[in-house]
Amino acid sequence: MKRRDFIKNTVASSAFLSLGGLSLSSFGQPEVKKITILHTNDVHSHIDPFPANDPKNPNMGGVARRAALVEKIRREEKNVLLLDAGDIFQGTPYFNYYGGELEFKLMSMLKYDLATMGNHDFDNGIDGFYAQLPHAKFDFVSANYDFKNTILNDIVKPYKILHRDGIKIGIFGLGVELQGLVDKKLYKETVYNNPVEIATDMARILKQNEKCDLVICLSHLGFKYQNDPEKICDVTLAKQTKDIDLIIGGHTHTFLDKPVVETNAEGKEVLINQVGCYGINLGRIDFYFDKKNNATANSGRSIIV
Amino acid sequence: MVKLRKYNGFFTHFFSVFLFFLLLSCGNNLYQNTKIEGKEIGVTDEYGENKSVDAFVAPYRDHINKDMDVVLAYAPETMDKSKGEWQTTIGNLMAEMTMEMGNPVFTKRIGRNIDICLLNHGGIRAVLPKGNVTTRNAFEIMPFENSLIVVELKGAQIREMAEYILKEKKPHPLTGLKIIADKNTSKIKALLVNGKPVEENKIYFVGTSDYLSNGGDRMNFFKKGIQSYDMEYKLRNLMIDYFKKTDTIPVITTERIVFE
Repeated sequence: MKRRDFIKNTVASSAFLSLGGLSLSSFGQPEVKKITILHTNDVHSHIDPFPANDPKNPNMGGVARRAALVEKIRREEKNVLLLDAGDIFQGTPYFNYYGGELEFKLMSMLKYDLATMGNHDFDNGIDGFYAQLPHAKFDFVSANYDFKNTILNDIVKPYKILHRDGIKIGIFGLGVELQGLVDKKLYKETVYNNPVEIATDMARILKQNEKCDLVICLSHLGFKYQNDPEKICDVTLAKQTKDIDLIIGGHTHTFLDKPVVETNAEGKEVLINQVGCYGINLGRIDFYFDKKNNATANSGRSIIV
Repeated sequence: MVKLRKYNGFFTHFFSVFLFFLLLSCGNNLYQNTKIEGKEIGVTDEYGENKSVDAFVAPYRDHINKDMDVVLAYAPETMDKSKGEWQTTIGNLMAEMTMEMGNPVFTKRIGRNIDICLLNHGGIRAVLPKGNVTTRNAFEIMPFENSLIVVELKGAQIREMAEYILKEKKPHPLTGLKIIADKNTSKIKALLVNGKPVEENKIYFVGTSDYLSNGGDRMNFFKKGIQSYDMEYKLRNLMIDYFKKTDTIPVITTERIVFE
């Protein structure tokens, strides 16, 4: 409700401030705008489809097929974002042979907009990751890895704001704790900070200060840990924060049949999605935006999953 | 705005209010999220493939395939790390092959024998499918550049290792150590190395990966090692060498962790 009041106040003041700039073209705005989020996670260098005789995922995945699918959706939808939740590297000889060059070049061909870093993206060291960055025509975000004393300082930013069709989308990244998971000699002076505290700050910055219409967290924390309930995961993150609309997860290679809806710290719904691994699936979340006055004053949003 | 001042107060006010509503209904940034739809789409050949992407990959693929498609051995059945609670056929295989291939190297260099091999369940990255075993399988199962390390541990740390395994409840690849645990409490009843009970202060040589020896997967007992020896032998190369000398991959089902 606070947010709604805030928007109303903004409307009132901006109306008087911008009288001179009023033009009839604003009547041309559509009634409903739609933002389509496509996402992958833990692709792990799986560039070719699994062979027909694969015992687990026969004939699934493949970057050329993913490209065709993404292209089809881009033809149908005006505002498409393509995101990745980390662990782009490691898992097939493509990575052993070419160090991630091909992964980044292909993601650039598919026009990925943004990604976050998974633990395996450190597998050739933070320097190995840095060396491949010239091949990536998209940015990386990570808010809880402090890269200040590393080569990635000022290169991997905490968040990025994207504008699509007048809708402002704030996206920040979160990474898993590296100690005990990645050799220190690989991640060097990267400092891991508490994801909940960082996410709280990020959501405030993006929703309250930057006034984003949509706040997305690209997380490599993992969906949930049955054997270790204390370990921070996407489900806990969703419950303990506010102002996040969508958490796109990774790390645990969790195949969710459909996105999961959790309730956040102020009783609002948060969507969490993760699409397994190896580029077998593509996640798709469509956000519909109605003009403010068309939306019934007290109705929330409907979530169809 | 200057012109507006010529109108009377009522009309100016009315016009402002009118503009306010005009903006409310037509302005930018006045949208709110009302509906979300979410789904998962399988990546299949249903929509074909992007030819330019495939053409771009082709030279890279051809180069790698020349190396990868070499047949090294035969697997009589599919070995999957998700099939088994305390041990899996692929985990047993990895532990045994590490012992078999690593021990001669260690003996030659250090003059001792490896007593135990412990790797991690998370480090098995693919299934070994039934049929021809190729170099590709080795790359997929063990994509990491980790190498074999032998850590000198005291019996006390072997006990910590066993406690870790029982607490983790994961079928980590293990050989050389037999853990007998109480079926009700999961507490250790006996620990055997080479058929003999583990002694607190005795030295044991444990083969593992450099990743785990540095405390990876929180195997902190490795950090208490007296000394460690880097065999400079990549686990993937060890696996490829093992496949090369093996005709049919053994399906190993001997229990390492026993509850009674």
